[in-house]
Amino acid sequence: MMKVVRGFYSVAYSVKQCKPDVICAYPITPQTEIVERLADMYANGELGNCEYITAESEFGAASILVGASATGARSFTATSSQGLILMSEVLLSAAGMRLPIVLVNANRSLSAPLSIWNDQQDSIFMRDACIMQLYIENNQEVHDVMPIAFKVAENRRVMLPFMVCMDGYKLTHAYEPVDLLDEQMVDKFLPPYDAPVKLSVDKPLTFGCYAPPPYYTEFRVAMQNAIMGAGDIMLKEFKKWYKITGRDWGGHVVAENPDAEVAVITMGSLTGLVRDVVSEMQKEGKNVGVVKLRTFRPFPVEDIKKALKNANKIIVFERAVSFGHEGPVAIEIKSANYESGADVYSFAVGLGGRDIPRDLIREIIDKVIEGKVEPGFQFEGVKPFEEVIP
Amino acid sequence: MTYFASGHGACPGCGIPVAVRNIIDAFDGKCFVANSTGCLEIISSQYGRSAWGVPYIHSLFENPAAVAAGIESALKALGRKDEGHVLVFAGDGATADIGIGPLSGMFDRNHDVLYICLDNEAYQNTGNQQSGLTPMGCLTTTTPVGKLMPGKIRQKKDMVAIALAHKLAYVATASVAFPREVVRKAKKAVEFEGAKYLQIHSPCVTGWGITGDQSFKIAKLAFETGLYPIVEFEHGELIRVRKIKEKRPVEEYLKIQKRFRHLFTHPKGEDVIKTLQSIADENIRRYNLMGTETEV
Ligand SMILES: Cc1ncc(C[n+]2csc(CCOP(=O)(O)OP(=O)(O)O)c2C)c(N)n1
Ligand SMILES: [Mg+2]
Repeated sequence: MMKVVRGFYSVAYSVKQCKPDVICAYPITPQTEIVERLADMYANGELGNCEYITAESEFGAASILVGASATGARSFTATSSQGLILMSEVLLSAAGMRLPIVLVNANRSLSAPLSIWNDQQDSIFMRDACIMQLYIENNQEVHDVMPIAFKVAENRRVMLPFMVCMDGYKLTHAYEPVDLLDEQMVDKFLPPYDAPVKLSVDKPLTFGCYAPPPYYTEFRVAMQNAIMGAGDIMLKEFKKWYKITGRDWGGHVVAENPDAEVAVITMGSLTGLVRDVVSEMQKEGKNVGVVKLRTFRPFPVEDIKKALKNANKIIVFERAVSFGHEGPVAIEIKSANYESGADVYSFAVGLGGRDIPRDLIREIIDKVIEGKVEPGFQFEGVKPFEEVIP
Repeated sequence: MTYFASGHGACPGCGIPVAVRNIIDAFDGKCFVANSTGCLEIISSQYGRSAWGVPYIHSLFENPAAVAAGIESALKALGRKDEGHVLVFAGDGATADIGIGPLSGMFDRNHDVLYICLDNEAYQNTGNQQSGLTPMGCLTTTTPVGKLMPGKIRQKKDMVAIALAHKLAYVATASVAFPREVVRKAKKAVEFEGAKYLQIHSPCVTGWGITGDQSFKIAKLAFETGLYPIVEFEHGELIRVRKIKEKRPVEEYLKIQKRFRHLFTHPKGEDVIKTLQSIADENIRRYNLMGTETEV
């Protein structure tokens, strides 16, 4: 059923159709309305036997889900920014315990300075946590991705947390037409969670043991194997989803113009604008193309190589900074694609919600094509400013 | 048959495994345990050598109350509520300091969880650092005794009052010195729906500077001085206290533990001992601990 809804509702409605057993809620802008919409559904008895828990903090919310997931419950929460970072200790513990918790992160910048607006510093910070990360372009995509997130997380060969990253405000607050999923269809795609191991009195197991040096490494190897293997499992589920719904969101990487010599890489909602600018430039005869990076963890090395095989100049629009080094996406691209020798130009744009004007995108791409800029990392759209510390 | 196997790594004389084993055995293994990082976790949950015969989970130092809340919620959602009671075993540091936020949240939402604080009066797993439940005058590695300082300055945090302030159905203290009472209280607690708090005094041989054979005697002495009142509240009402038959002066308790011995020589020690005596006297007055009746 097609309906014009906001991003929050698109997530909440899809989560409802996934029939979670336990949902934890803690407010933080711009995520809050996701858990508020779920609260409405709970209040109206639309969530079945689901327990909806108002935690005392994001730390508590994630911890509650650790207990719930270990007991065999399908578990969901949504958060953002400071909330995600507050959860981080727990989420690492969840990954190590192989708990398939699904969360939506409404991407928002990190303090300080405090900012409630959008960039992707928060989820990028969680890069090394052994949590799958998928970035979203629009509100139909996030609606479609939620059942896939549960299915992949709960796959016995994976059993890891899955974080769906959607740009705060830009997606969460946006109205878009969304084809709302129907229950039977989701039921068919996503069976109830059948935990391969769980806390139960019949078969008492110890979760969260400590591992001395003779054992620790193998736990970490198993985690790495699981998340590396998750890539193919995701692709299979993407395909199944396409068959069911007719909507193809592509694989981990979508190379929209694979022959282009100048590739522009984006992640998240910025893709739409970049696509627009690029197609305008293509009409002017410029050999430039868009590469949309969807899956950030596991990092799709082979797909990236394939997508960039004809590119000699690679532009990355970064929504975060790896302070002390450079753009975090560029780091990954260089590492994946180092054999090609292509030049990588990494531009941090729109930090803390600063507007990313169409003209700026165009200007950046033009100056790379025209060779007016050296490869490397830089901030774009910066105003003259004084050092804070004199 | 026991649900807490031997071969764990606790120090000889540690009260913790005794309390834990008695409790989970009393539930005939029908319970779920969430444990904080700390002595109990380290002695019992090494990979491949778990002592636990009940479903057990350890996540972090500061989150066992929330993890237990999650277990309880999952059991409800999945229609498995009858499978067993949900218990937390957590140290005093996990309870009164770093985990007090999640603990308050769990109390406030009134999850059907029995939270058991194993109070050995410091961060013992990391080598005896002070916690909110370390008593006044106590020597720990972060409240050392020096020319200026006579050990810890402030008194124990009143966790019982904090638990009561959350309007819990059942709040009690106990001591490993009285093992039957520990079991009775755990069994009593789970009869109440909602969150329950039980705080068990448990000596630490290494941290307190005592020998293993003394630990239960010293725990008993803590109670007999009035320093560790053993009380029981139902729905906010004090319904029962353990009565002190023969009151002992606090010095008797202090002088036999290395963690307090400096109080008898330090220039500020006399004042600290006086204050500790007045804390004990106040406990005795407030809870009416003297006399023969067991019911209040
Ligand atoms: C966030 C965090 N901070 C510090 C530690 C280190 N740590 C582990 S156990 C512990 C002390 C535990 O004390 P308590 O809760 O009283 O339990 P005990 O070991 O005394 O039984 C500390 C400080 C940790 N594991 N996690
Ligand atoms: Mg302790």
